[in-house]
Amino acid sequence: MRTVIFRSIAPYLTSLMVLFSVFVLLRGHNEPGGGFIGGLIAASALAIYGIACGVAPVRRAIYFHPMAIAAFGLFMAAMAGVLSVFAGVPYMSGLWIYPQIFGAEVALSSVLVFDVGVYLVVVGAISSIALALEERDRD
Amino acid sequence: MSAAAPGATFIVLMLPFLAAVVAPWLTRRLGHNAAWLLALAPLAIFIHFLGFAAEVADGGIVTGGFQWVPSYNVSFSWLIDGLSLTFAILISGIGTLIILYSGGYLKGHAQLGRFFSFMLLFMGAMLGVVISDSFLMLFVYWELTSITSFLLIGFDHTREASRRAAVQALVVTGGGGLALLAGLLVIWNITGVTQLSLLLNYGDELRASPFYLLALFLVLGGAFSKSAQFPLHFWLPNAMEAPTPVSAYLHSATMVKAGVYLLMRLNPVLGETVWWETILPVFGGATLIVGTLLAIRQTDLKLMLAYTTVSSLGLLVMLTGFGSEHAVAAAVLYLVAHSLFKGGLFMVAGLIDHEAGTRDVTRLGGLRKAMPVTFFAAIAAAISMAGLPPFFGFLAKEEIYYALWATDIWSLAFVAVAVIGNGLMFVIGFAVAIKPFLGPAVKTPKAAHEGPVLLWLGPLTLSLAALAAALVSPLTHRFISSPMASAVAGAPEEVTISLIPHMGPALILSIVTVIFGIIAYRMLDRLRAGMASLLAAIGWGPDRGFDQFVSGLVRLSVSLTRILQPGRLDIYMTVTFLMIAAALIGPMAWYGEWPAVPVWPDDVQFHELVVIAIGVIGLLAVLYARDRLIAIVSLGVQGFAVALIFMLFGAPDLSFTQFMVETLAVVILALVMTRLKLHASDHRPTLQKLFDMSVSLACGIGFTLYLIAVTQQPFNTALSEFFAAYSKVVAHGTNVVNVILVDFRGTDTLGEIAVVMVAGLAILALIRIRTPRARVADNDPDGIAVADQTAEAR
Amino acid sequence: MEPIFAILVGAFFTVAIYLFLSKHIIRVLMGAAILGNAVNLLIFTAGRVTREVPPIIGGDSDALSDFAANPLPQALVLTAIVISFSFFAFLLVLGYRAFQELHTDNSDEMRVAEPMAEPSPPTGY
Repeated sequence: MRTVIFRSIAPYLTSLMVLFSVFVLLRGHNEPGGGFIGGLIAASALAIYGIACGVAPVRRAIYFHPMAIAAFGLFMAAMAGVLSVFAGVPYMSGLWIYPQIFGAEVALSSVLVFDVGVYLVVVGAISSIALALEERDRD
Repeated sequence: MSAAAPGATFIVLMLPFLAAVVAPWLTRRLGHNAAWLLALAPLAIFIHFLGFAAEVADGGIVTGGFQWVPSYNVSFSWLIDGLSLTFAILISGIGTLIILYSGGYLKGHAQLGRFFSFMLLFMGAMLGVVISDSFLMLFVYWELTSITSFLLIGFDHTREASRRAAVQALVVTGGGGLALLAGLLVIWNITGVTQLSLLLNYGDELRASPFYLLALFLVLGGAFSKSAQFPLHFWLPNAMEAPTPVSAYLHSATMVKAGVYLLMRLNPVLGETVWWETILPVFGGATLIVGTLLAIRQTDLKLMLAYTTVSSLGLLVMLTGFGSEHAVAAAVLYLVAHSLFKGGLFMVAGLIDHEAGTRDVTRLGGLRKAMPVTFFAAIAAAISMAGLPPFFGFLAKEEIYYALWATDIWSLAFVAVAVIGNGLMFVIGFAVAIKPFLGPAVKTPKAAHEGPVLLWLGPLTLSLAALAAALVSPLTHRFISSPMASAVAGAPEEVTISLIPHMGPALILSIVTVIFGIIAYRMLDRLRAGMASLLAAIGWGPDRGFDQFVSGLVRLSVSLTRILQPGRLDIYMTVTFLMIAAALIGPMAWYGEWPAVPVWPDDVQFHELVVIAIGVIGLLAVLYARDRLIAIVSLGVQGFAVALIFMLFGAPDLSFTQFMVETLAVVILALVMTRLKLHASDHRPTLQKLFDMSVSLACGIGFTLYLIAVTQQPFNTALSEFFAAYSKVVAHGTNVVNVILVDFRGTDTLGEIAVVMVAGLAILALIRIRTPRARVADNDPDGIAVADQTAEAR
Repeated sequence: MEPIFAILVGAFFTVAIYLFLSKHIIRVLMGAAILGNAVNLLIFTAGRVTREVPPIIGGDSDALSDFAANPLPQALVLTAIVISFSFFAFLLVLGYRAFQELHTDNSDEMRVAEPMAEPSPPTGY
């Protein structure tokens, strides 16, 4: 599978897919998409990169261990729920703020933080599985 | 001393447990002399309970305690009347002596502190049994005595005989305890009370209940097992594996009497029925005879005493259930006398063992010069046991004969049983107390001399107590015998017997007993040989039966496990799915609630059918795939078909997710499958295939029917409408599915991503962790490991 | 539309269970993958099937239109898809490692935990 063409386009393909996955993640609250789908897209992007160029470059590219990313995501998701404590509402209640950034109104919310957490867990766990299996394939 | 303060009684009940906690520490500091300090605990209890004597003698009943679980009417409460007071005084009084005795007996033993601790724990439990007023408390303490007895019998746990005896005692008495619990629950159910003191008012109700027999049998199961009644007697002689202080305390003076205590306690409410007055005397009498006969054949001092304990317990049960006017008084007197002389004799046996190095009666003789104090204590106890004046045992025996004597056949039979039993006990008593001391000196393993004060203090005190109790019998009766007899009979009763005997049949029976005893004593060796050959001829006993029972239980569970867990995945699977099919189809068939025949929807569009057909083709291709590439691809086909279905029916989120998942699944399958080989066929014989097919078809049809039935019901839209109405207004999101996931049901999703994370970790662990070769070799020395090596060699 | 879906779900279950009853863990694995789809379709169908209109609230309105698909089963199934995938991956690796260690993919020959001739436990004390 490691043809020249595949190896050449894989990094670009992966970057595009990861970018797309972030887009899918962010629009998820109002259009089809969300953390799960975004995470899966990013994970398959990394898997493709791994198949094309080997696992080591992927690990270098994402810098952190995939399970560490997943763990951080889980922590983030849990903390998104804890945020509501400061507002004096029950655990996991959604909180919204609308700050003006460069003149545009941006909707930020604890729900978004939570969705990003989901995204990171899915990316981390699934890419960890895929990468581990790809490594096994070579020894 | 006014002991009415409930706080004091509670502290006293807890005192042994506290002492048990500090005992190991004290023993580490003081060695065996810690006994002097630890004995203060039972002494304090003894004095505390003596303080109740006057009040109880005047017919008072002291109760106290506090609520425990008020909603179930369970309390921590105690009841002090004549019966429990006598027991408490015996337990604490003999307990004081036993603690001292243990200090001397196990002097220098590495685990002495532990031993003290167990002894004191037992004391606390036993005290709790006799003092408890509430059923639950009685049961808890009852089982606690079984457990502490287990610990004490198995004290010398390096010997197998010890372990076996401990397990045996625990199984028999603990099992009896469960029967007791059931019995108490039945009684609770019938009467609605949970306290012994209140139960007294419900005797008639209980006896009239249709469940009377059930309650009776269950309670008797508890009492008979604890008090070693035939045929459950076998655990008691085996329990002699315990150190002698344990035998003296638990297995003669106190614990084994818990069963008798229970019978005496319930006599007013369960007694006075035909069943009670038949079962108890018959079992008691049988136990009396069997116990003495078996005692005859023993040569070990402790075993001789143990079997006479069995027979004494039989005598007590017999008297408790006999129902005649004086039988209760006789039982009470004999119980007190027995605790005094048997405890003493056991301690003497231990003393001889300790000083001479053996307790085999045939290897002992002429110790009287070396051990004069012991000899005196032994003789005194034996006279009491034989029922001769001027000791308390004499009073008891006179009362027994007086109570039993009547001219009908039933009574005469029991008189005969009592005479034979007493005569043989006379023999054993003197065999233990005279044989080792008189006659020519025999060379013993250790040069015998008088033991230390810690050792002879106990037996001497008990013998003197038996003498004193008989000499001042009016006082004894006023404070001990009469209140206790009243409590057992459930009505005021006066015990009057003194050292001046009843003239009449009772005295004649006594004389007959003595003559019979003397004759038997002279023929002891011949009797012993005769019994030994008789028992050898029978060959089987409940003791061996217990072993057969235990190993049978193990074999049964092994074969049951083999049936239930044959270790074959396909069988587990078949059973599971058969059950699922039955659960799906069974209720529909049973209640005749088949779903209505569905009408073919008229708006089915062609492309939808095509997608569904693609899915089905994918499924079939998976089944018939002959190599792994086809299998992977067809697995992907059915997955993508599902994704298309989601897409067509308004679920774009699901569709995308399914697409991504199927892609990834195909990728990792391809990665793994290159290392695995897929057999072209699945090696199932045709018959097996047909069977598996019908099982899976049954499940599939079951699910189809179930789903048709579900969708024919009106749909409850409450939840969906809630989400539809509020997801934009409250949660500021227009993609309702995503809003449900991350907002409304956020905590659920948190749990689910945690599962994903754990799955990732588990997979990582599976891939990273290599089983060490040696481990595999351990499990299967010549199978897999060899295959492994050959694989490596290649 | 539901009856057709019910039959399709039945077919998924039948195939999955038939594969489960095999002795070869590879087939059991494929059965597990199909079983996940079967259950997802079951939940999806039980929430009633609607054509084409996704549960997304349109531009101006505040509530979901009456013709949109039921969002609740979709939310349930969405997480179920991801979890069943993780589970499938776990099973796959488990089977793979078992094959590596035991050199067989026949469940009858995997007898490390439950050996054929296990000695009886001791009956002594």
